[in-house]
Amino acid sequence: MTALTERMKDGLDAPICITWELTYSCNLSCVHCLSSSGRRDPKELTTEEAFRVVDELRDMQVFYVNIGGGEPMIRRDFFEIVEYATSSGVGVKFSTNGTYIDAATAQRLAAMEYLDIQISLDGADAATNDAIRGEGSYDTAMTAMRHLKDAGFGEFKISVVITRHNIAQLDEFKAIADEFGAQLRITRLRPSGRAVDTWEELHPTLDQQRTLHQWLLGHGENVLTGDSFFHLNALGESLPGLNLCGAGRVVCLIDPIGDVYACPFVIHDEFLAGNVRDDGGFAAVWRTSDCFTELRGPQSAGACASCGSWDACQGGCMAAKFFTGLPLDGPDPECVGGDGEYALASAGAIPRPSGDHSKPVAVQLGRRSNV
Amino acid sequence: MLDSPLKLHPSVALRPEPFGALAYHYDNRRLIFLKHPTIVDVVKDLAQHPDLRSTLSAHGIDEQQWDNYDKAICSLIESDVVVAR
Repeated sequence: MTALTERMKDGLDAPICITWELTYSCNLSCVHCLSSSGRRDPKELTTEEAFRVVDELRDMQVFYVNIGGGEPMIRRDFFEIVEYATSSGVGVKFSTNGTYIDAATAQRLAAMEYLDIQISLDGADAATNDAIRGEGSYDTAMTAMRHLKDAGFGEFKISVVITRHNIAQLDEFKAIADEFGAQLRITRLRPSGRAVDTWEELHPTLDQQRTLHQWLLGHGENVLTGDSFFHLNALGESLPGLNLCGAGRVVCLIDPIGDVYACPFVIHDEFLAGNVRDDGGFAAVWRTSDCFTELRGPQSAGACASCGSWDACQGGCMAAKFFTGLPLDGPDPECVGGDGEYALASAGAIPRPSGDHSKPVAVQLGRRSNV
Repeated sequence: MLDSPLKLHPSVALRPEPFGALAYHYDNRRLIFLKHPTIVDVVKDLAQHPDLRSTLSAHGIDEQQWDNYDKAICSLIESDVVVAR
């Protein structure tokens, strides 16, 4: 643990990086969606309100935001907001499923500055991907990537959430990224949003986690991870990155209705710090909210206190623990020492995420015959 | 590097932090941590002096430490935060 990391645990005056979900609306219904997206929320920020958020981020010198959703490109003012941000010196990286990137849009995107794109792909073939992201979504993503390549966008990102079913495809994902001149980014599956119900069958096994650790060590900084696998550091050699949970300390989430949460994976009242519409705006929430102040205080290692790997893994991911019913001061459910599995056997009730914006399941209505 | 005329890359923004500063490079979208307040002052001031040596001297930095500053600046040149002018 370096002095710098220690400092970050106390929190910074402004976040290093913010995830900003622009809408809960989405044309897909991925089974692991961390924000349970599908339908727009009527309380979503207006264009003007979004501009005010950008103004605050500019004033706080937040250098870039990760825009997501839902599918952010569904918003009609998507380009307006992105252009307002980049021209204010707030760089944008946005995540998309690629549906709305046709040849013309790709050219428009390629002409913009301070803009980075992340295409979501959860399988290196259609069968693996579509099982998670829905029928046809693999072809959609590949088409979008081809458009970006043809438009000369440059090095965009391919973003993969690692699951039990795609972890054997790491080399194939890398090959796809190389083919498009893109950079591969792989992140950890959290039991958040709709994944609260699918995590158990999708999260990698312990053996697979060991393979992943080795693979990541072999690829170094060429493969991005958003520092999301620091729980694997307990396996030995540390992965590149800050090795700390940044929730409320160096990162946070602004959701589509302006609610500010500690991180993108904890959309739950327990981690709700305030709203950008409150007096004092986002800055006040970041600097003075009780929720974030508490996260920046000393954290107990709890049941992990006597484990020799604590310095390496820091007890893992807060969101992963919370949404599997584990205490926050104990092992991560995917603890590579095996303590998570043991803890899960006696875990408490699993909290439900605060909002569910999933699209309603279509049911066939029939006439009642005997009324 | 002590005799080189240097400057902060025009696409790099610095945000003051308790530990020093956070540098963001708008061209390659990289974040770099400057882990000491004095190095931040030196980097900001590079363009005002003929070379690194005179910048260090103007900031009253002990000559015995110049080697360390030289190394720190070299690593910032590698990450394109500091460039020749």
